[in-house]
Amino acid sequence: MRNLIFFFYKYYTFILFFTLELFSFVVIYQYNHYQRASFLNFTGGMASGFYETVNSTTNYFGLRNMNDSLMAENARLRSQMINAYYQNGFTQTSINDTLYKQQYEYISANVVNNSVGKRNNYITIDKGKLHGIKPDMGVIGSNGVVGIVTSVSDHFSTIRSALNANTKISCMIQKNNAFGSLEWNGDDPKFSSLKYVNKHVPVNSNDEVVTSNFSMLFPQGLPVGKVYAHSIEAGDNFHAIKVELYTNFSTLKNVYVIRNIFKEEQEELQNSLKGDH
Amino acid sequence: MIIDIFKYIGRFVFIILIQILVINNIELDTYINPYIYIIFILTLPVTMKPWLVVSLAFFTGMVMDTFSSTPGLHMAAAGFIGYFRKFYLEFACSKEDFEKQITPSISKKGFAWFTLYTFLLTLLHHTVLFYLEIYSLSEFFRTFFRILASTSFSVLIIVVSQLLFYRKKEER
Repeated sequence: MRNLIFFFYKYYTFILFFTLELFSFVVIYQYNHYQRASFLNFTGGMASGFYETVNSTTNYFGLRNMNDSLMAENARLRSQMINAYYQNGFTQTSINDTLYKQQYEYISANVVNNSVGKRNNYITIDKGKLHGIKPDMGVIGSNGVVGIVTSVSDHFSTIRSALNANTKISCMIQKNNAFGSLEWNGDDPKFSSLKYVNKHVPVNSNDEVVTSNFSMLFPQGLPVGKVYAHSIEAGDNFHAIKVELYTNFSTLKNVYVIRNIFKEEQEELQNSLKGDH
Repeated sequence: MIIDIFKYIGRFVFIILIQILVINNIELDTYINPYIYIIFILTLPVTMKPWLVVSLAFFTGMVMDTFSSTPGLHMAAAGFIGYFRKFYLEFACSKEDFEKQITPSISKKGFAWFTLYTFLLTLLHHTVLFYLEIYSLSEFFRTFFRILASTSFSVLIIVVSQLLFYRKKEER
């Protein structure tokens, strides 16, 4: 017994070190493997509140650019409005209610913290649980795809940006619907790579890359980027495609979180199939 | 003694603010991510109790984690230097240094000593941090290069800040 106490007394620093180290490894493991483990809840959005205060000061410096990009977006949306089109036919039937049912809702939010230079980049936005945001929702900017929500607190959410080793977004090449997975290799925040596109599919430079219909997070056909360069490694079954992203992550200010109204229904159906064999 | 505690709290807040508001926003390249907040752990007095250093290191890491939404990452990395610091100091400091209760700094131990000390511990910190961040060995050499680039930048910033802030104080 005395030896045991002596042992603890002699090595208490090591034991302290080892216990705390073990604890942090468990936290890292949990966060990497169970994405719903909500780290933001644990810290209570404390850091996000701080960043928002800082951001409300620094925002003034970027007001001009922000206005410009919002005006450009407004102009684009206006051109898509129904009264921007010349009506070709006479009959306008109003059966929209039954034929079209809204599937996606957009929640606008401001970026309060962001990085592009790290290997795993995260974005913090100023909307959270109270505004209807949940983990695993897609996020887009005014130009293209931004990332996926990982954790939410009452007023804030963190987003795993597309510039993150753990973010994989299902995408396709618009002209032939060849699908692949968008993954970032950590080199340049302007480019990402599209993996697992079969090599028999023809790919050209400047082909549009859009979100695919397999993703439950994004509506089909949202712009992601365009093909910048492509090649096939010897002995490889897939194209190596370098995609130039439309979203400029280093100047990101306004984003939209996408709520898929049918997501639960689809997931439920797919999960019921899993237990079927 | 009480004044010392306030001094350390002030220094801690200052260093963390510099890291998250200034250094984190300097995005030179995806390969260069300096982390200078470890200067707080590096410049604790040599005679400080090892358990206190380890606890402070973990706490520093935890605060950094909160501000960069990376649970556990900085905690694990900072904990390592908090623990291994004492072995290097026992090896590299003389008995006199321990008797005088010095803090490791350029003015006390010289430029070369401090740079080597900073380099070794920063390298350890960045190695743990960057490999845990990517969480796989699939990009082994790329991560290795990233570690070397970031370490040299961190060491540069830490040494320069030492020259700027601490020299003057010692001369007075």
